Amino acid sequence: MAKYEVNLKINDIPVSVEEGATILGAAQKLNFRVPTLCHHSDLCLAGNCRVCVVEQKGARALIAACTTPVSEGMEIFTNSVKVRTARKHIIELLLSEHNSECTNCYKNGKCELQSLANEYRVNENNFLKLVNFKDYQVDRSSPSIIKDDSKCIRCQRCVRTCASLQYVSALAVAYKGDKQKISTFFEKSMNSVVCTNCGQCVNRCPTGALVEKNYIDLVWDAINDPNKHVVVQTAPAVRVGLGEDLGLAPGNRVTGKMVAALKRMGFDSVLDTDFTADLTIMEEGTELLTRLQKALVEKEENTALPLMTSCSPGWIKFIEHKFPSLLPHLSTCKSPQQMFGALAKTFYAQKKGLKAENIVSVSIMPCTAKKYEADRPEMRDSGFKDVDYVLTTRELAMMIRQAGIEFTELNEENYDSIMGTSTGAAVIFGATGGVMEAALRTAYELVTGREVPFKNLDIVPVRGFEGIKEAKILLQNVKPEWGFLEGAELSVAIAHSLSHANKLMTAIQNKEVSYHFVEVMACPGGCLGGGGQPIPTNEKIRRKRMAAIYEEDTHLDLRKSHDNPEVVAIYEEFLGKPNSHKAHELLHTHYTKRNKY
Amino acid sequence: MEKNKLTKVDLIFEDDGKCPTGVLDKVKSMNPDEIIMNMIDSGLKGRGGAGFPTGLKWKFTKGENSFDKYVVCNADEGEPGTFKDREILDKVANKVYTGMAIAGYAIGAKKGFLYLRAEYNFLLKKLQKELTEFNKIIKEKGFDYNIEIRSGAGAYICGEESALFESIEGKRGEPRNKPPYPTVAGLFGKPTSINNVETLVYTTIIMKYGVEKFKEMGTQDSRGSKVFSISGDTPTAGIYELELGMTVEDFVSEFGDGDTKAVQVGGASGMCVPRKKFQDMIIGYEGVPTGGSMMLFNSTRSMYNVLKDYLEFFEEESCGQCTPCRVGCRQLLKGIESVKRGEKHPSYLEDLKKLAGTMKLSAKCGLGQSVANPFISIVDNFKEEIIY
Repeated sequence: MAKYEVNLKINDIPVSVEEGATILGAAQKLNFRVPTLCHHSDLCLAGNCRVCVVEQKGARALIAACTTPVSEGMEIFTNSVKVRTARKHIIELLLSEHNSECTNCYKNGKCELQSLANEYRVNENNFLKLVNFKDYQVDRSSPSIIKDDSKCIRCQRCVRTCASLQYVSALAVAYKGDKQKISTFFEKSMNSVVCTNCGQCVNRCPTGALVEKNYIDLVWDAINDPNKHVVVQTAPAVRVGLGEDLGLAPGNRVTGKMVAALKRMGFDSVLDTDFTADLTIMEEGTELLTRLQKALVEKEENTALPLMTSCSPGWIKFIEHKFPSLLPHLSTCKSPQQMFGALAKTFYAQKKGLKAENIVSVSIMPCTAKKYEADRPEMRDSGFKDVDYVLTTRELAMMIRQAGIEFTELNEENYDSIMGTSTGAAVIFGATGGVMEAALRTAYELVTGREVPFKNLDIVPVRGFEGIKEAKILLQNVKPEWGFLEGAELSVAIAHSLSHANKLMTAIQNKEVSYHFVEVMACPGGCLGGGGQPIPTNEKIRRKRMAAIYEEDTHLDLRKSHDNPEVVAIYEEFLGKPNSHKAHELLHTHYTKRNKY
Repeated sequence: MEKNKLTKVDLIFEDDGKCPTGVLDKVKSMNPDEIIMNMIDSGLKGRGGAGFPTGLKWKFTKGENSFDKYVVCNADEGEPGTFKDREILDKVANKVYTGMAIAGYAIGAKKGFLYLRAEYNFLLKKLQKELTEFNKIIKEKGFDYNIEIRSGAGAYICGEESALFESIEGKRGEPRNKPPYPTVAGLFGKPTSINNVETLVYTTIIMKYGVEKFKEMGTQDSRGSKVFSISGDTPTAGIYELELGMTVEDFVSEFGDGDTKAVQVGGASGMCVPRKKFQDMIIGYEGVPTGGSMMLFNSTRSMYNVLKDYLEFFEEESCGQCTPCRVGCRQLLKGIESVKRGEKHPSYLEDLKKLAGTMKLSAKCGLGQSVANPFISIVDNFKEEIIY
């Protein structure tokens, strides 16, 4: 049924919008901004905070603009006396139950409540202060996320994010009335529940109630320690997000400026996670072909297919909690971050003539779960903690500002060597479908000796924002050594955000679908929408970041992982060949079944 | 003017045997639209307190195009001072079930749910037994309809219709955004007619005695009679069915102890009527509406304590999801305490009244909206008791 147009008036100005649109949407169309706090375009409607109340002519009560659908002939006022009084009251009420020591707050200057309070010039002393600091304990148990209930305004964005976007429900509403709070299963600490550390809640929290655990000062200490050699790696998606926190519009690629800034900050060596992303393709691609051989040639019935990617630590913890029976399907490859960490304190140390214990390995990630991943006990294969500190894109932006660097004015610089060379295949790891595309570019060529049959190497079917994507690729005229794959149709699927991962895994578990290779990223849009990326996030911004990622790929000379000369060299000099004993020792890992709650 | 217009009625608890089966036969002989027209014509309004015309609610629900529709009986009688539904369920549950069957037949629902508040679980065994019998009878009579009982878990907010649906669906009991209204998307997202226990019994009575008998009673705006739960400073506390249209004065002269200074009409969320307004205030939709709770207070009572008690109740029973209610209730409570202790100037009460006004305008559901009723009416009429 075609949707029809609804005519209404907002502040006496006529407007037509599609049936089903909300008053908020109609107001936006007329460039009237109605303030919101609980509303988020990625989430279902809530109508909890009531900051967006507007007046409808003829109605007794005010109505929430974010949840109320338009109706024909409606007359709405977004800034009447009634509205202003109520809105101011509501902001005052929120402040009265909010820990308003803004100068001590990590989100100072980035808090939506703070900016509303500023906008409405509320006299916050009018109502009684209800926050008693003794009643609140900050939960710092998680290596990724700090939860401070004294700053929570109960908008439930985090609850909706965790439940509907991520299908995790680590955060939920507990108790009622004045005792109502956002809590966890049996109020356990954040590190002992099903939280995947994905940080999507952090991305959406309007205040400082949920923030990443920051390691900024520890990294400065390391940089300033003359006895330490500090190496830094930067993940693919950081370079398309960082600019947003430093005064640039979404969609700007700032790779060269970022490298220049990191050098100015005093890192001893500025390297690229993309290098180990290329290495991941070699290792994971080989693993896939090995499993296919086992299944097709050796007819081993319990070969775990589809093979599933293992780059996203939020996804790893999710599957460990929710689908432990599928753990054998996970690639044993560590994530690029952890491969890099293990190599930094072995291969890199050796080449540079450094002692591993003097190396401090820092990574810049679009991700909060990476902080958790670096802390996993398995991630010490170099004999030390492979990655010492993980910083989010946001933390890096803060450090750049602290260092007094005029980011936008910087000239572009290149990564250091070794472990600083990469390809376009590695860059696209930052977008959903990117690992798949990179793997196909290499695996297809390895098996057939020809480039993937897509114009300009762009494997379009695996790209884009659809929740679950599927693609098939036919293998014909293969090289003699891959004869068993002749005529085989490689079937792949890609999911991003854990709610879609859940759907895909359920279908795989129930044997409703079958694939050879599956890519899963925990966050919407992949790492570019990661929990460590600049705030705000929404689909429009994520689309711009994605466009920038593919642009970066197109602009690189090398676009296939197996063409990366440093990757070729590391196999020759250090690792032997993909999936070799040494590679397994340093670059692969194992997984753990975890509790359901 | 007549001195005392108070008339006691005996319809609800009238003993008419095990099951009003005659009514069901009569219902079966009519078509659903006729039944709905009768309900509209009768002027029956919801007896839970909100007073929405029952016939219209049924008409809207019937008008929705959906295979699944539901009838829900709201037996989450949680309003402080209200205890009439307990008595109705205890004494004449079959009339409630019959009302639910009539509603189901009228709107085209095959399923009814009776949502029983947790505190009434002591009735559950008896109700279930009567219900099993009733479900059998209506099946024999050819109704494609059956009723199930669901228990609450003790939250006041689940008496709010959409929170009640959430609770039946197994979710946290929090009110939903409206629209959509229950008649369009209620229980399990399907068109639902949700009616109070007493309302459903009156539909049975209207079907039994006809619209005219019902319409004879009450006023233009408040037709029929109603069951009252009378408590507080009265020598005759209890449950009474009275014709609508009396003034508070009529009521107090019958039930008061001679020293009544105020009547809280409609429970904690209702209005406080002070002595000086007894004479003019009609108990009904044109005056003070009520779900049936009538609490009488004499001069020994501190209205500060009464208000504080109500606010403590709301502070705890707010679901907490919307700001005006969650924080507003706390501010009102802490505010009057502060004024009482002399920490805040008495003029702060004016700020609090404005805040209560905002709660009435902007809270998500009826709970938060109605806190202003007792607050403003008590503060306005008993300001000195609040301050000193």
